[in-house]
Amino acid sequence: MHGLSFDIAHLFAGSLVLMSFMLLYQDRLYALLNVFAFQAGVLALSVTWQAYVQGAPHLYITAMIALVFKAIIIPVVLHRIIVRLGIHREVETVIGIGPTMLAGMALVALSMVVMLRVTADADSLAREDLAFALSVVLLGLLMMVTRGNAVSMVVGFMSLENGLILAATGAKGMPLVVEISVAFSVLIAFIVIGIFLFRIRERFDTVDLQALDRLRGDQFREEAR
Amino acid sequence: MMPLTFLMWLIAALLGTAVLAVTIVRMRMAPWVIYFMALAISILLFTAVLSCVSRTFAITQLTLPVGLPWLGAHFRLDALAAFFFVIVNIGGALASLYGIGYGRHESEQQRVLPFFPAFLAGMNLVVLADDAFTFLLSWEFMSLSSWALVVAHHREENNTRAGYVYVVMATLGTLALLLAFGLLAGPDGNYAFDAMRAQTRPPLWAAVLLALVLLGTGSKAGLVPLHVWLPLAHPAAPSHVSALMSGVMTKVAIYGFIRIVFDLFGRADWWWSIPVLAAGGGTAVMGVLYALMQHDLKRLLAYHTVENIGIVFIGLGLSLAFKAFDMATAAALALTAGLLHVFNHSIFKSLLFFGAGAVLTATGEHDIEHLGGLIHRMPWTAFYFLVGCVAISAFPPLNGFVSEWLTFQAILLSPELPSWGLKLLVPTVGGLLALSAALAAACFVKAFGITFLGHARTAAAGAAEETDSWSLAAMSILAALCFIVGVLPGLFIDALAPVTMSLIGDRLPSQLSQPWLSLVPIAESRSSYNGLLVFLFIITSASLTAVVIHRLGSRALRRGEAWGCGFPGLGPKTQYTAGSFSQPIRMVYGTYVFRAREHVEMRPPGDLAPARFRAEIHDLAWELIYTPVATAVSLAATRLNQLQFLTIRRYLSFVFSALVILLLVLALWR
Amino acid sequence: MLDAGIQGVQMLLVLLLAPLLTGYTRKVRARILRRLGPPILQPYRDLLRLLQKEVVLAENASWLFRATPYVVFAATWVSAALVPTFASGLMFSWSADLIAIIALLGGARFFLALAGMDVGTSFGGIGSSREMMIASLAEPAMVMIVFTMALLAGSTQLSTLAGFMISPVAGLRVSAGLALIALVMVAIAENARIPIDNPATHLELTMVHEAMILEYSGRHLALIELAASLQLLLYMSLIACIFTPWGLAAQGASAGSELAGAAAYLVKLAIGGFLLALFETAVAKMRVFRASEFLGAALMLGLLGTLLLFVSRSL
Repeated sequence: MHGLSFDIAHLFAGSLVLMSFMLLYQDRLYALLNVFAFQAGVLALSVTWQAYVQGAPHLYITAMIALVFKAIIIPVVLHRIIVRLGIHREVETVIGIGPTMLAGMALVALSMVVMLRVTADADSLAREDLAFALSVVLLGLLMMVTRGNAVSMVVGFMSLENGLILAATGAKGMPLVVEISVAFSVLIAFIVIGIFLFRIRERFDTVDLQALDRLRGDQFREEAR
Repeated sequence: MMPLTFLMWLIAALLGTAVLAVTIVRMRMAPWVIYFMALAISILLFTAVLSCVSRTFAITQLTLPVGLPWLGAHFRLDALAAFFFVIVNIGGALASLYGIGYGRHESEQQRVLPFFPAFLAGMNLVVLADDAFTFLLSWEFMSLSSWALVVAHHREENNTRAGYVYVVMATLGTLALLLAFGLLAGPDGNYAFDAMRAQTRPPLWAAVLLALVLLGTGSKAGLVPLHVWLPLAHPAAPSHVSALMSGVMTKVAIYGFIRIVFDLFGRADWWWSIPVLAAGGGTAVMGVLYALMQHDLKRLLAYHTVENIGIVFIGLGLSLAFKAFDMATAAALALTAGLLHVFNHSIFKSLLFFGAGAVLTATGEHDIEHLGGLIHRMPWTAFYFLVGCVAISAFPPLNGFVSEWLTFQAILLSPELPSWGLKLLVPTVGGLLALSAALAAACFVKAFGITFLGHARTAAAGAAEETDSWSLAAMSILAALCFIVGVLPGLFIDALAPVTMSLIGDRLPSQLSQPWLSLVPIAESRSSYNGLLVFLFIITSASLTAVVIHRLGSRALRRGEAWGCGFPGLGPKTQYTAGSFSQPIRMVYGTYVFRAREHVEMRPPGDLAPARFRAEIHDLAWELIYTPVATAVSLAATRLNQLQFLTIRRYLSFVFSALVILLLVLALWR
Repeated sequence: MLDAGIQGVQMLLVLLLAPLLTGYTRKVRARILRRLGPPILQPYRDLLRLLQKEVVLAENASWLFRATPYVVFAATWVSAALVPTFASGLMFSWSADLIAIIALLGGARFFLALAGMDVGTSFGGIGSSREMMIASLAEPAMVMIVFTMALLAGSTQLSTLAGFMISPVAGLRVSAGLALIALVMVAIAENARIPIDNPATHLELTMVHEAMILEYSGRHLALIELAASLQLLLYMSLIACIFTPWGLAAQGASAGSELAGAAAYLVKLAIGGFLLALFETAVAKMRVFRASEFLGAALMLGLLGTLLLFVSRSL
């Protein structure tokens, strides 16, 4: 499977890493959602290509799920949540965008080194795809850690799951059952987070994490008295 | 007479000049005599070495009966020593030439004249030394004579502090080198370099040795964070001495590093290149970022020295990595790149310091915020300084570009290296190198633009006069050298071949035999560069354009007022200052690297007091490393000071307990 | 002999096509904005008009100010003449590889920034300081892109690069894709297009490139404008030669394939100009300190491409 199909699979995986970097680069919530939808679309294309190349028709269903849920439904729902909760439209970063991207670079380098050393005797196509997938996961985590806004944490979590799907489809033979259960669990988690966001907003009038941090402890003690 | 004996006699003549200077310093002719003698001797030294390089190179050695009784003083002239000898003496000759004109303005000749030839002699002796004792003795002599020159203007407030920091760091470096030589000598204690080359060593000591060598030579060369003395000491000295310290003494430190790591230690492991590369890359970027924040011209140039030392260490680190993996041609390329940059830097840094000295003499101002418009008052100085700026910013067809191009070519060969750590480190270092080159260009636009262009910001700048012809002669020779090395680099790369041959065992293909005299480091299909052709193309296109336009278009020209948005009579206060020029860069990089913050105090409307703008920068190396160490040392000293005030009984009990402890140790050891 | 002829033809071709490209881009942009726009040949008329006008120099402008337009134009023209456009058999392409071309353009920018500081007004200072800040990020990004392509092709010579990308060995590489995106970002920054800088602005506080050349008039301004058009042509030719090298006549090919190469080159320029105009109308100009993040992203992409090639040969 060398030659053009090799390169196309790598191209898709590389685009996913690029999309994760673009997610880190955004400073407006709507643009963030658009890039996330785009990333889910690229993921769907990548999974479709893997389905074609590996001859595994159940992966087409995975691609459909990714496309419908993550590229269309979830961004639209998040968009509605932002509008209803009136969340501040700018993404506040804990450290500046420059150092965040530098940290992202270091994480990609780390994941390349780890994956390529640990899987030294596996199939080379799978190794490099796994390295890219680990990069996407780590970049998703970085996004969750460095953003001060609950919606962007959710987007980071979703993009982390994109990385997991890329890893799973890259290595051959992920059964459809596992995929569906993973997808549903993520969906449930997402619904629960959404409900909590509404409740938090109702109670404290904000979903900004730093403001919520300050309320911890003292205020509850006061109210319990 | 053997060439080495001849050189030793000349160095003795330099020392004699220093002694002579002590006696005749009160005479009016003293500066002329001393600088002329230094110039003559340096030229003789330089030509003597060149003449024995041009024939096939034979290593010559000499042992004098001075020094340690069982050792003597060994001296040796091999290819590496010859190369650095040439650098030291070109720098020395041109500094003496400059000093003939500049040294006249010195108010306290007795603090400068005797030490200048001594400094030159010290540097020459370090390069020729062939055993540890002679090396360290010459090294200390070099440091002490330059320290004396640094504190020559002791009445200016910052200079005594600069001298203090310098002497502390120099002592630290010499201590590290002493320990390093001790490790190299091994348990037998044979300090001659020949014996050190033949030794085999346990690998445990290798890490300690590398740390000691980096500490010792790195602090003299200016690696971050050991660089803190450099921007204090180099500006404090008189300008020809600053040029020598920045352009030549740092190179002697690099000579020490190369001698120990490549020659004496022999088979270095590949992981030695990791700290060297990391230090080089970090130094390059930090040096230029510090330089961008400065507005004292000589401090700015001193920080740029730090940056260029970083670039040299990048080349040396790559060479170490290639050599350890037996990739000899690539190692030769990297080493050539590093050594060529050593030569180039000594030339253009001396040129820039000479220009800064000329500006200082003409205006009396250190701070570029008080200068401006000097291109009209000092046209030749401005032109030569511009050549130096273009050379240091690495633009073709001058020499800075050639060494940077060679370093990039060496980096492009590194994916062959089998180590994972190096596979990650080398592209990062390549990115840092590119970043430092771009930032250097920005810094020199600022330095040249604020100092020489625009309107004069003070009366002193408006009344400046061109410097004397001796200084201009020195600067013109250096500018011509920058140009020649830029368009005919093959000549100099072929001259470096014996050095790489002796240290690595391989050399680059002969450059003078390439078609059209271009530079082909590896193979024509891979990459090549022809500085001469690029220069000719640019000159031809520019002249052709000028001729065509003057024929076809109009030649009319008229002087008028500059665009001031319609406001009449805008004075020199509205032009950009150094701080405002570097503000975008300070905001992009400085917020993280220096914790730079800006504070603006705006008055409420109606209040006539001026608004204040303050930019705050923290020197993190100083704050995180040196201040805690200095605080700890002074705390310990305050505690230990109590020992001065004890009773007689206490002192006796100290002596008694020391004796008892020593007897215990003897008893247990047996 | 043929190579010398091709080199000469290329030198004239780039000089003649540069204003046409600028005029075409302006026309497309105007059309997208539902305006008629200036005629495509207008830049030629502008240059001729400027050449015949008198130069008005500020009172304290020095010889550097007068020499800079010639230096900038010569450096840009020499660089543009060394990038293969319709044929890759240029006689002197081995005298300056891609790194030397970048350094030449950097030198031109250095002199332009100095000229901006020469007159001693605040506008020149604004232009120079912002331009050097942008350059301090764009140039390393460009160097990393060169590294990525050089590691792929095994050479920094442009003709060898073009030959490699046309051969089937190249394939679709991730690092080349990253390098392409980074090169487009850097090209936008270096040519002072939206979103980094607005080439058509008249507000001094929003200018970067225009502020440096604010004091120039007459034939000096004509040279600088032509140099700017040449630089845009150079970057488009660079992207075309490296990433879409189809149609490039090989060394020593027949006259027919040279003509076909020229036709292909014109088509690539037309597509490039159209995409540039489309992109410029679709986004807004960024504020100055956002430009540093934009270029930092380009630098990261270049670094990532290089890193991928260091780590694995097939990426």
